Amino acid sequence: MVDFTPVNLITGFLGSGKTTLLQRLLADPALSDTAVLINEFGEVGLDHHLLERIDETMVVLQSGCLCCTIRGELSAAIKDLHSRRERGVVPAFRRLVVESSGLADPFPILSTVQADPVLRHHFRLGNVITTVDAVNRLGRPESIKQVAVADRIVLTKTDLAPDCEALVAELRGLNPDAPLLCAAEHPIDASMLFDDAAHSPLRAFPAALEAPHGAVQSFVLTFDGALDWTMFGVWLTMLLNRHGEKVLRVKGILNVEGSDTPVAVHGVQHLVHPPKHMSEWPDADRRSRLVFIVEGLERSWIERSLAAFSGRPIARSGRAATAAG
Amino acid sequence: MCGLCGVLGGGGDWTDAAARPGVFTRNIDPLQRRRERVNRVVCAQKVLSFYGLTLSDWQSSSFILSTLTGKSEIVDNLTHLWAAAEKLIGRPCDPLDPRLIDRLEAAGG
Repeated sequence: MVDFTPVNLITGFLGSGKTTLLQRLLADPALSDTAVLINEFGEVGLDHHLLERIDETMVVLQSGCLCCTIRGELSAAIKDLHSRRERGVVPAFRRLVVESSGLADPFPILSTVQADPVLRHHFRLGNVITTVDAVNRLGRPESIKQVAVADRIVLTKTDLAPDCEALVAELRGLNPDAPLLCAAEHPIDASMLFDDAAHSPLRAFPAALEAPHGAVQSFVLTFDGALDWTMFGVWLTMLLNRHGEKVLRVKGILNVEGSDTPVAVHGVQHLVHPPKHMSEWPDADRRSRLVFIVEGLERSWIERSLAAFSGRPIARSGRAATAAG
Repeated sequence: MCGLCGVLGGGGDWTDAAARPGVFTRNIDPLQRRRERVNRVVCAQKVLSFYGLTLSDWQSSSFILSTLTGKSEIVDNLTHLWAAAEKLIGRPCDPLDPRLIDRLEAAGG
């Protein structure tokens, strides 16, 4: 069976080093068969000119911010690339990387790939990689959201900001499971960022976590016993219909009735990836575990609601005030 | 798309994910698919009754959501269900609503 072409999003706030990261990554021979779409924000299109390697599969999106104005253009650009690939006009790329503008909300980009009726039959979402500037840190709502949806976080400019412990703790509070790399200290190769463990569940679930960041907080719900998959679907679709914009991310593994191995679920706002049937449990713990990163929703509300729908009590023990990095 | 009614189907909803390697779905064979649709109606009905709505399967391809007065909507999947339910009753269907949760707790989940 032919696998779909993964689409990776590189996001991060303005000046956080997205293009530098991309530049480093494109030097990796493992990405030689990768097409790149960059978003030219504003009239100058600095990102484009800073990127040294521009091959014929690159398309520069012209209309400014990716999030609000050119979702259709993104779709058209990917379809055009796909068409040219099929006709042999461009090399047969096996991965597509989209670099968003620093102000972009990642969600519309992700939903374009998953919801477009043509794209979803040829492409699939891969990892979302978010760069965070260790000097300027987080602050703007856009950057917080970009961290919340990340599958990999790359901390940049750590050589200029030696004390990053507080920032790392803050990032862990926002996104407890995404592997975090320091661009200045770690050799970064493509496999570390693009490896399709992308939507695998958390390998090392924190026992509990709760680290408020303004209205954004993350927490883990844990519950015993096998879950009714259908009822879970009823609950999650209802939750995301009403509160999808506030559920920045939901991710975890479920012990599902009738299945010996766990099911990994992964959603970003209104978008839920196809559930992944894992080949084995990551450890001896057979409990279902779900991480939520939410904005303006109380843990207790979600906890009680899921318990009522599923008929399963939610474990509340071992809550920590902050998340360790 | 259904040739009879023109309903756009196969929207790629995660609850109806296409059977692919590594994907968890109950959309694998006709028997399993039909069983899951029956389950889905039963589970959703536990919640929908709170809003005076009923759900029924239609030709194993769509669902019909109806009010007590007979207003109906055709929905493809669970994701579409809740928007249609809100449209029919004219108010939000909120899983965090304490009154709904009380009702489900009283009914035993």
